[in-house]
Amino acid sequence: MTVTPASSGEHEAQGPASGKGKLELRNVNKGYGEAWERQEVLTHMSLTIAPGDLTAVIGPSGCGKSTLVDLIAGFERPDSGEILLNGEPVTGPAHDRMVVFQETALLPWLTAYQNVAFGPKLRGDLKGEALDAEINRLLDKVGLAEFKDKYPIQLSGGMQRRAELARAMINNPLIMIMDEPFRGLDAMTRELMQEFFLKLFEETRRTNLFVTSELDEAIFLADRLIVLSNRPTSVRETIEIGLPRPREFHMLSSPEAFKYKRQAMEVLHEEAMRGFTRSGDQQAFLDAYRKGDEAQSDG
Amino acid sequence: MSEPVAGQPQPGVTPVQGPPAGLGMFLYKARKNLTGSTPYLMMGGIGLWLLTWWLLCEVFSVPRFEKMPGPVAVLSELFSVEPFLGISVFTQEYYQHIYLSCRRIFFAFMIATGLGVPLGLFMGWSKTVRDYAFPILETVRPIPILAWVPLAILMFAGFEAPVIYLATLASFFVTTLNTLLGVDSIDESYFRAAGCLGAKRRHIFWHVVVPGSMPFIFTGLQISIGVAWFSLVAAEMVSGDGGLGYLIVDAYMNNVTVPMVIGMITLGFVGWITSALVRLVGNRLMQWRVRALALEGR
Ligand SMILES: Nc1ncnc2c1ncn2[C@@H]1O[C@H](COP(=O)(O)OP(=O)(O)O)[C@@H](O)[C@H]1O
Ligand SMILES: [Mg+2]
Repeated sequence: MTVTPASSGEHEAQGPASGKGKLELRNVNKGYGEAWERQEVLTHMSLTIAPGDLTAVIGPSGCGKSTLVDLIAGFERPDSGEILLNGEPVTGPAHDRMVVFQETALLPWLTAYQNVAFGPKLRGDLKGEALDAEINRLLDKVGLAEFKDKYPIQLSGGMQRRAELARAMINNPLIMIMDEPFRGLDAMTRELMQEFFLKLFEETRRTNLFVTSELDEAIFLADRLIVLSNRPTSVRETIEIGLPRPREFHMLSSPEAFKYKRQAMEVLHEEAMRGFTRSGDQQAFLDAYRKGDEAQSDG
Repeated sequence: MSEPVAGQPQPGVTPVQGPPAGLGMFLYKARKNLTGSTPYLMMGGIGLWLLTWWLLCEVFSVPRFEKMPGPVAVLSELFSVEPFLGISVFTQEYYQHIYLSCRRIFFAFMIATGLGVPLGLFMGWSKTVRDYAFPILETVRPIPILAWVPLAILMFAGFEAPVIYLATLASFFVTTLNTLLGVDSIDESYFRAAGCLGAKRRHIFWHVVVPGSMPFIFTGLQISIGVAWFSLVAAEMVSGDGGLGYLIVDAYMNNVTVPMVIGMITLGFVGWITSALVRLVGNRLMQWRVRALALEGR
């Protein structure tokens, strides 16, 4: 079975927010600095994140992936263009869009339990025993039941990531935004986290925007892969990942996965080259590179 | 859940049954302390210092040191029931001086903290407040406390108020500046995470700005209580009525050196105790910080 955006709506919804968050960017532009220091980061960025899908975004480092996250989360405002969540413009941070940050952003002065409780307690939309039960359920789900009274510093990297997932999930957001969430973990933990996160996603099918710089990770997790161009950044290519669900690691070595990988690699490589030779004679370099490539495939 | 979860206790390891309570905990801590090298090095350090002092002043009477009171003279006076020069641990007067100084420090420290911490927090949190207050703070801060003495005497009546004012002033600047730096030190991602979770501006102040700057605030408070002692003694010397600073300068006026040294040593001890108290309160309030430092082996 291939999960395509069209069929994802039929997935059984488990949480109230499952398969409900549709995010649209229309011609978004964002740059930093003024006058001669002005630097365009995102230009004419248009994309749609379908409800219930996991959309991975990949691009060269420094191309503006975190900037994109900041805009969608509402931490920053676009210079022009529109960002719409279920048709409503995004005006600032709110708990319908949860961000899981690149480095851990658990509040260090709160225990794992208190961190998860933070959002609902502030807003007052879950209280007392109901809140306690929900926190314990989620901590149990992410395997931290025994560590609920530990402070973030006392948790391993993988545990911190899982606590952060629980802290996001309890708010039942329409969309989860994850900015290279597993960067900095060791290879083994990273793989475990990918598997764990994938199960969580396949269970709930909560709309997800997953930013990464690892191609394998993107193909393993995503329904759709958006490849960004170099700066000034826009969408360079969109690849539908048709691998069946539930996903397994071995699928990454299937010919199909290889095809997606090759397709993305080509674009990424070209973009990386373009960035690399920006200051020099870019076109000449690219031509030479292409010629070399052709010669290789001929021979 | 079936997936492997990193960091769960392994089956073979039996966990220690919770922390002991009351006396058990005290004995555990005492034993743990005595097995380390810290207490022995500390005693060794103090011993070496006393020995050097004793050799210099009382055994060899090295030139320029022969007029100074040695440790034997000082300690025998300090612990004598009928002190020759009127000050020892058995006299009412000794405690009166300590009490007067401590009371002044208490007021000065409380006022400085009560004003400095909120001011620092607001300056760190709001750019408007910072732009408004920072230039004045930075201009007034470098003025030495002694330069303030005449003005303090003109401004406040009596003996008590000018002395407390001077001690407050110095520690107020330290506290404010450290609190401000504390707010600056908070990682932007904590503000963002809180905003994402639905925190309004006032929530962010109470749940991010205040706890996030705590480590810097308490570092500042430890420095500030030390600075309060410095300026208190200076103030007591100039315009005091009683207190350890007064004891020192009074002994000097009367040409007796032993009570002077007693005053100095007492000051050192009392100052040490007060900053240990501040540290204790800080650790109580910042359990997360204590754990973090413990993990780093400190
Ligand atoms: N607040 C900011 N002020 C100025 N420049 C910024 C800011 N945030 C990001 N940038 C710039 O935008 C570019 C993209 O950064 P970022 O979005 O973090 O890239 P990525 O996440 O893809 O590595 C970088 O060149 C960075 O210097
Ligand atoms: Mg980034």
